[in-house]
Amino acid sequence: MTVAIDRATGKRSGDRAPRPGPASRLKRSFDKHWYAYVMIAPVAVVLGVLVLYPLAYGFYLTLTDANSLNSARTIGVNEIEATYKFIGLDNYADILWGETAYDRFWSHFVWTIVWTAACVALHYGIGLGLALLLNQKLRGRTLYRLVLVLPWAVPTFVTVFGWRFMLADAGIINSGLDALGLPTPLWLEDTFWQRFAAIMVNTWCGVPFMMVSLLGGLQSIDASLYEAAEMDGATAWQRFRHVTLPGLRSVSSTVVLLGIIWTFNQFAVIFLLFGNTAPDAQILVTWAYQLGFGQQPRDFAQSAAYGMLLLAILIVFTSFYRRWLNRNEQQLAI
Amino acid sequence: MSTTTVTTTAPADRPADDPRPPRGVRRRGESSPLARLTSHGVLITASLIALFPVAWLVFLSLGPDKDDYLRPGGIWGKMTLDNYTFVLQNTNFFDWLKSSLIVSLGTTVIGVLVAATTGYAVSRMRFPGYKKFMWVLLVTQMFPVAVLMVPMYQILSDLRLVDSYLGLVLVYCTTAVPYCAWLMKGYFDTIPFEIDEAGRVDGLTPFGTFARLILPLAKPGLAVAAFYSFITAFGEVAFATTFMLDDEKYTLAVGLQSFVSEHDAQRNLMAATAVLIAIPVSAFFYLVQKNLVTGLTAGGTKG
Repeated sequence: MTVAIDRATGKRSGDRAPRPGPASRLKRSFDKHWYAYVMIAPVAVVLGVLVLYPLAYGFYLTLTDANSLNSARTIGVNEIEATYKFIGLDNYADILWGETAYDRFWSHFVWTIVWTAACVALHYGIGLGLALLLNQKLRGRTLYRLVLVLPWAVPTFVTVFGWRFMLADAGIINSGLDALGLPTPLWLEDTFWQRFAAIMVNTWCGVPFMMVSLLGGLQSIDASLYEAAEMDGATAWQRFRHVTLPGLRSVSSTVVLLGIIWTFNQFAVIFLLFGNTAPDAQILVTWAYQLGFGQQPRDFAQSAAYGMLLLAILIVFTSFYRRWLNRNEQQLAI
Repeated sequence: MSTTTVTTTAPADRPADDPRPPRGVRRRGESSPLARLTSHGVLITASLIALFPVAWLVFLSLGPDKDDYLRPGGIWGKMTLDNYTFVLQNTNFFDWLKSSLIVSLGTTVIGVLVAATTGYAVSRMRFPGYKKFMWVLLVTQMFPVAVLMVPMYQILSDLRLVDSYLGLVLVYCTTAVPYCAWLMKGYFDTIPFEIDEAGRVDGLTPFGTFARLILPLAKPGLAVAAFYSFITAFGEVAFATTFMLDDEKYTLAVGLQSFVSEHDAQRNLMAATAVLIAIPVSAFFYLVQKNLVTGLTAGGTKG
C-alpha cells in the first residue's frame, strides 16, 4: 500500500531516471495513467456533483441565517425569493460559545462521545467474546451463528419498533423486572434510562457485524501458531494475548474505525426510539436533524453548521487514528 | 482458542496400545466438559437475547387489540391473523413496498454500475492522486446525515425533485457509490494480479482485461456490493422521512412510522407490518449472508 508500484505493470513509479520539466512530466503522467483516470471518472463525477457541490453549498448556508421562513419557497402559486443574508461565522460562534452553548452543543457533544465510546466498546467486547466461542469446535455452532446474526438481518427500523414495545412502561421488560422485584425504570421518559436504553438497543443491533468480522479474522489466523505456542507452554491467556490479539490487529483496527464512524452518525436508533420526546438523549446527529427538520421554523443554517462541525470532528479523529496506527507500524487496511 | 493445555502424562501402568485416552487428558482441540457447558450456556443466552425482540414482535402481531402489547398474556387466547389481512388490504403497504423497491433497486443498479471500474482502478493502478482519492472515498463514509441533508433538500427543492423517487435515489447514491467502490476494491484485491498480467501479455488493454477477465471473476464481489447498497437504501430513515411527503410514496421505513405518528397508535397493525417487512428481508439476507461476510471482511480488511 505504501510502495508506489503500478500493480498492473509491475513498474515502480520512481524508476524514471532523468527528471523532466513539470509540463512534460504532467503529460507523461497523463499518458501513463490516463486509463486509471478514465476508470475513476464515473465515481469522481458522481462525487463532484452529488457530494462536493452540496457540501460547498451547505458550507455557504452555514455562513448565512437561512431558515424555512426566509429561504426561497413556493406557496401555492406564489414564488417567494430567498431573503436570507450573509452573516459570516456567526453560526459557528453561536453554536460553540454563544449563550446557552452548553445546553445546545456541549452537553450533546459530551453525550455523543460517551455514546460512541460505550457502544463501540460493547460491540467490540461482546462481538469478540462471541466470535471466540463460535471459533471453537462446538456442536451446533453453525446454528448459533445463524441465530446470532439475526439482529443484523432484520432492518434496524423494524427492530427498533420491537424494542419500543418491549421498553414501554408496562411492556415486557418492566413486567419482567417487576416480577423479579426489581425497580421498573421509565425507559422512554427518564433521561438516564433513555440513554441507557439507547445504548442497549444499539449494542443489540451492532454486535453481529463485529462478531462476524472478528470471526472471519480469527479463522484466518494460522492454527500452527497456536500449536507452537502450546508447545512452548503458553497458557490460554498468553495464547490469547500474544497470538489471537496480534492476529486480529488489522481486522480490529478497521472494524473499530468503521464502528466509531457508524455509531457517531447513528441516526435511526435514537430517532426511532424517541422521536421528538427526548431532547437530552439526542446525539449531535439527531439534534442537528431536529434543528433543520424537526421544528418550526426550520433552522437550515444552524443545522448545516452542526453538520460541518460533525464532519470536522470525524475527519480530525480519523486522521489522528490513522497516524497513531502508522506509528505503531500497523497500516489501516483502508 | 479451544485448545486446553495438556498437563497430565499417561500413567505408567497403562498398556501402550490402549486406544482410550487416559482420564484427564484431552486431545488438542477439545475442551473440558465444564468449558463446553459454559460455552453452550453463553451462546444459548446470547441467542435468546438476539432472538427475543424479533420473536416478541411476531407474537404481538397476532394480538387483535392495539394495547395488547401491554397485556401479552391475553394474546394466547385470541390469536388471529386479522392484523395481517387488514394491513395488506386497507393500508398503503404495497405502495410503500413499491417505493422501497424502486428506490433501493435504483440505488443499487447505479451504485454498482458506476463504482465497478473505480474499484478496479484503485485496486490495480497507482496513479498520482491515488491516496487522496482513497481518502475522499473514506471521508464520504463519515458524512453524518446532517451534513448533506440541508443542502440536498435545498438543491432538490430547486430542481423540484423533493418527493420524487429520482431525488431519493440521487441522495442515496452519495453513500452507495463510494461504498460500492470501496467494497469492490477489496474484492478485486483478492483476485490474483497474475491474471491481469496474462491478459496484458495477450495484448488486452486495461479495459479489456477488466471487462473480459476480471469482471466475470468478480461476480460474487459485485453481488455483495449490490446487496449491501440495497439493504442500506432499504433501511434508510432520515432522508426518506424528510424527502418523501406523499403518503403513497413513503418507503417502508417511513410508512411504518406513520402508524404511531397519529395520536392513536395502532401498535398491533404496526407489529404486523414490521413482521411483513422483516420476514422477506431476513430470508434474503440469510440466502446471501455467507458471501456477504466474505465480501465484507475481504473488502474491509485487506489493503
